[in-house]
Formats: sequence, structure tokens, C-alpha cells
Amino acid sequence: MKILVAVKQVAALDEDFEMRDDGRDVEPDFLLRDLNEWDDFSLEEAVKIKEAPPAPAPAPAPVEVVVVSVGADEVDESLRKCLAKGADRALRVWDAAIEGSDSIAIARVLAAVAKREAPDMLFAGVQSSDQSFASTGIATAAFLGWPHAAVVSNLSYAPGAKSAVFRRELEGGLLHEVEIQCPAVLTIQLGINTPRYASLRSIKQAAAKPIEVLSLADLGLGSADVGEAGSLSRVRRMYVPDKGRAQLIAGDVAQQAARLAEIIKEFKGAAA
Amino acid sequence: MSGILVIAEQRRGELRPVSLELVSAAQGLRRAGEEVAVAVLSDSPQRFVGPLSMAGVDEILTVTTPAAEFDTDTFESAVGALIAQRAPDVILVAHSVDSFGYAAALAARLGLGFATDVFDARRIDGELVATRGGYGQKVNVEVDFPGRSTVLLAIRGNVFKAPESTATPKVTVFDAPEGKSRSTGREFIELSAGDDVDMTAAEFILTIGRGIGEEAKVPQFRELADAIGATLGCSRPIADAGWLPKSRQVGQSGKTAGACKLYIAMGVSGAIQHLAGMKHVSTIVAVNTDAEASIFGVAKYGIVGDIFEIAEQLRTHF
Ligand SMILES: Cc1cc2nc3c(=O)[nH]c(=O)nc-3n(C[C@H](O)[C@H](O)[C@H](O)COP(=O)(O)OP(=O)(O)OC[C@H]3O[C@@H](n4cnc5c(N)ncnc54)[C@H](O)[C@@H]3O)c2cc1C
Ligand SMILES: Nc1ncnc2c1ncn2[C@@H]1O[C@H](COP(=O)(O)O)[C@@H](O)[C@H]1O
Repeated sequence: MKILVAVKQVAALDEDFEMRDDGRDVEPDFLLRDLNEWDDFSLEEAVKIKEAPPAPAPAPAPVEVVVVSVGADEVDESLRKCLAKGADRALRVWDAAIEGSDSIAIARVLAAVAKREAPDMLFAGVQSSDQSFASTGIATAAFLGWPHAAVVSNLSYAPGAKSAVFRRELEGGLLHEVEIQCPAVLTIQLGINTPRYASLRSIKQAAAKPIEVLSLADLGLGSADVGEAGSLSRVRRMYVPDKGRAQLIAGDVAQQAARLAEIIKEFKGAAA
Repeated sequence: MSGILVIAEQRRGELRPVSLELVSAAQGLRRAGEEVAVAVLSDSPQRFVGPLSMAGVDEILTVTTPAAEFDTDTFESAVGALIAQRAPDVILVAHSVDSFGYAAALAARLGLGFATDVFDARRIDGELVATRGGYGQKVNVEVDFPGRSTVLLAIRGNVFKAPESTATPKVTVFDAPEGKSRSTGREFIELSAGDDVDMTAAEFILTIGRGIGEEAKVPQFRELADAIGATLGCSRPIADAGWLPKSRQVGQSGKTAGACKLYIAMGVSGAIQHLAGMKHVSTIVAVNTDAEASIFGVAKYGIVGDIFEIAEQLRTHF
């Protein structure tokens, strides 16, 4: 019994950053990397399923949690974080041809990994905090031909079961209960659980664990399956927008707070 | 390839307002002579013909589905069949929870040009160009779709303004092939109030975000909110962590600050899902240490600074 969890290393902009010469992305030196927030929750969900007390006889097979990420070397750091938080095994797929892939090309790679690993369930995050595509997990399901659902909370799934029940979290806090056939791809929503912190001991152990690195060829894919050729969109240009900026309140802290107090009092005066 | 196909959204018998925003988004992409057709999928789609008969809609396509509510497989196969029959050059869906469930699968399967969370779409020298955000909305990203004759765009809500005048579009029944569904929708569960406040009625809100750092800091902001006469609200991570009840969460999956006139956001970055619940408020004041935080893009007043220092000083005025 296996759960595959797709995890992404996201990038945030450093305070002062520069665009790449071609103007289509930020210069990589100015990016601060971390595990996508959503993936913390989906990994935790998989580990919780693994740790759930075994059902009565017949004894279920043990659950293996495998994390996979598509990305260059620096992604190992995020994969190690996952190993420290309870993943049993980590895979990373990389090839220079993957550069410039959109969420659909990444999904094609993830689907190839899923075919190789044959998990009983695949989790992805609802979206990534950097590019917010909100599409990689569901596109992966399409390439696999698997049932799928997005924005999942309150998951109830017994390892190896033929179906799972969860609540889709809709707009306005409304929930929609759904039963789905397994194996399935579910995109996991924030707040579904409380992700654990890694202990010092588990961080140490994770540092010693191997990370298996796969190439496109290992997955039976070619360079036409990824990058611009394998994508459904292409970045033309990236730029800092000329936002309608807020009027900044100047001065030291005391002056700023005094102005804010004035705004509040004006409002209350007007409201009274 | 010709024409624009809009997929309307309905839930529990109501047309979702974003459906008409899509109609407006379609106008900017319509080429001379092109029509805008709006498809609505439901077990009784006729009931939406009235609400969809708005200016800019040339045709309404009613698609009868076995289930009353959204279902991934049903939508995928029905919208796929619509695309096959109509051969539109652009398909517009909302960037919403329902679309998260099927749009990417459809695009991947049919090889459609595809972009999500699009807030601007236009033709530049005849080429479709869509704009979305990147790096937590700090940059704009323009994407195009080389070699794709059909493009599916998921459009951000609350960007385009719905048409106000009515029209009398033609209505066509579309028979979608009976698809097999691998999931079953059951009941809806409403988020119970479970708390003392109604965020939708509050006129003055002080909201705390992840910038507060730890649960131990919540009481001091609760006290500050009381002192200044504001209702204490929060962003999602605060509610998810259980530091404040879910009923105080502002945003897409929480409450809309519908009656609010003054909104003070402290330590909130301004993710689009948070903005969905408050960006309409006339006076927004944002306090954030990051001068580039996107909350400053919607705020009227901004303080680049530390929320604890500002809060402490502010308290002395009340
Ligand atoms: C389907 C869906 C629905 C969602 N619904 C909602 C919703 O309803 N509501 C919602 O809020 N989110 C929602 N989200 C989550 C949303 O995407 C963001 O993750 C969330 O809004 C971030 O909350 P935040 O701004 O508090 O935290 P962060 O993004 O982490 O921002 C914290 C901010 O605090 C600042 N800061 C840190 N320390 C200080 C300090 N000492 N002084 C001043 N500033 C400081 C930082 O610069 C940063 O800008 C939803 C997401 C999805 C996918
Ligand atoms: N490069 C990647 N490697 C592995 N998983 C990814 C990658 N990119 C996206 N994902 C998965 O897709 C989710 C949503 O990301 P997105 O669709 O890109 O917004 C993430 O939380 C991951 O589960």
C-alpha cells in the first residue's frame, strides 16, 4: 500500500530582485526557496493515514509514503524536510529540458512517476504559493486517467479502500461531501490537519537518507514532452506591475500610530 | 475555430455571480462577427435562462446533467463535447473551486492552450495574451499559447464587471453524451456560525494575519480591537491553526466583509483569496513590514512597519 505525494519547492522574491536578461523570469539568485505550504498539509495527511491504528483483521499491508518533486538539485532540501516529517522515500526528477515547463508539462512527468510507482492514492497541493496555477494535480490525474477532486478537506480514507469520502471546500465556507473511487488524485487544502514539526533526531536521520534521482529517459519521456514543447502556455514577459499604491503614512512609529488613531476617530465620528 | 464559449457556474439553484463576469471578459476577446455562447450545466438548466439573458450573451446552451450539482467527470465530458461540436477559439471558466476540479484535466486531455487565475486577456497583434500573477502576486506574468487554436482560460473573480442590461439571446438545448462518473456528490454542509460575531455585518474590522507569529499574541490584538471598537477578524492561517474561530476568517472560503467601511489589516500579505473578502472596502489600512506586500495594492493607507510596535503605540490613543 502506497501513497504518492507530489511536493513543490516554491520561490519567494528577495527584497531587491532583478529580472533575467530575457525579461521572462526573475534572476534565480534572488529567489528564496521553501516547501510549498500546501504540501506540508498533504504530506501530513499521508503520514496520518500511515500512522492510523490498523483496522481489525485481515491486517492491512503497511503504508509507504513516497514524496516526489520535479526540480533541480536545490529541491533536495525540501525533500529532506519531507523525509524528516515522515515520508519513507523521496524521488526527484530532473533534466535540463524540463526548464520552462508549465503546470501541464510538470503533470506529465508526475503521471509518469505515478505509473512507475503504482500508488493507491496520489496527493498534491491545491496550489503553489508562488505561481498559483492550481492545476498540476488535476492535470496529473488526466494523464493517468484517474478519478480526481480538488480542494479536499476532512478526508476519510482507509489504506487500500476502494473509495474515499471527503469534503470539497467551496467558496464562502460551504462544504460539499463527495465519495470517490480509488486510486484517485486529490488536491489537499490548507487546514485539513495540523502539520507536525520535524524533531532534531528525524532531521538528522533524513540527512542520511538517499534521494533517488530520475531522468526523463528513466520515465520513458523525451524532451518534447516537457519544456515549452510539452506545455500549454508560454511566458512572454514578467514585470513588476504599476500597482495603485497605498498612500504611505510617513514618520516614526509614534507618528504613524497617531495618524492611524486619527483615521479611526474620523471614521467613528462619521459613523456616530 | 470561432466563437467564445463561456461556462456558467451554478450552485444549489443559484447562478454564481462570476458567470456574468465571464460574459464581460468575453467581450474583450470577441473578434468581429464572433458570438458569445454561455453554457449552463444542471439537472434543470432552463431555470438559469432568465438570469443569463444579459447583454453580451448571443446564445444560451442548456445542458441537462444527471446530478443537480457540479461533478468533475460530468463537467469534463459535457464541456469536452461542447468544445468538439462548437469548435470555439476561446473557452472561459471561472477560477473557482469547481473549475479547479476539471479545467486542467480537460486542457491536458484535449491539448488546449491553458492559463489559470487570469485577470486580463486581450489580443495583441491577433495573438491571445493572458496576464496572471507570479511570485505571490508580486509580479505580473504575460503568457501566450503558441500553436494552440483553442485556448481555455480560468478567469479570476471580482475583476470584470457583470453586464447590467438584459437581452434576449437564443436558447439551444445541447445533448451531452451520458458520461460515467467516478464520484458521487452527497450533501452540502454549511459552516456553522459557532461564534459571537457576524463578520458580514461588522462596519469596522481589525484583521490579524500570520504576521502575528504566535498564538500568544492573539489576546493583545483582541484587547486592541475592543479598545478601538473594531471587530477582530483574521486571515486563513490564523483560523486554520485554531487561534481564532473559523467564523472570523475573511476571504474566499470565509466571510465577506460586506458592511465594512474601515478595515485595518495587520500582518496580512494580501493573497487574492483574502482580498476576495475585503478589497471592496472603501477605507483599507495595511500594516506590513514588507513594502512590496500585495495588500498595499488595495489599501488606501499603508504603514510599512512592525505590527507590534504600531499596535502598542495605537493603544495609547484609546
Ligand atoms: C481555495 C482557497 C481558499 C482560500 N481562502 C482563504 C480565505 O478565505 N481567507 C484567507 O485569508 N486566505 C485564504 N486562502 C489562503 C491564502 O492563499 C493565503 O495563504 C493566506 O491568505 C495568507 O494569509 P496571511 O496573509 O495571514 O499570511 P502570509 O501570506 O504568510 O503573510 C503574512 C504577512 O505578514 C507580514 N509580517 C510578518 N511579520 C510582521 C510584523 N511583525 N509586522 C508586520 N507585518 C509582518 C509579512 O510580510 C507577510 O506579508 C485560501 C486559499 C485557497 C487555495
Ligand atoms: N515541480 C513540481 N514537482 C512536484 N509537484 C509539483 C510541482 N509543481 C506543482 N506540484 C504539485 O502541484 C501542487 C499545486 O501546484 P500548482 O498547480 O503548480 O499551483 C503542489 O502543491 C504540488 O503538489
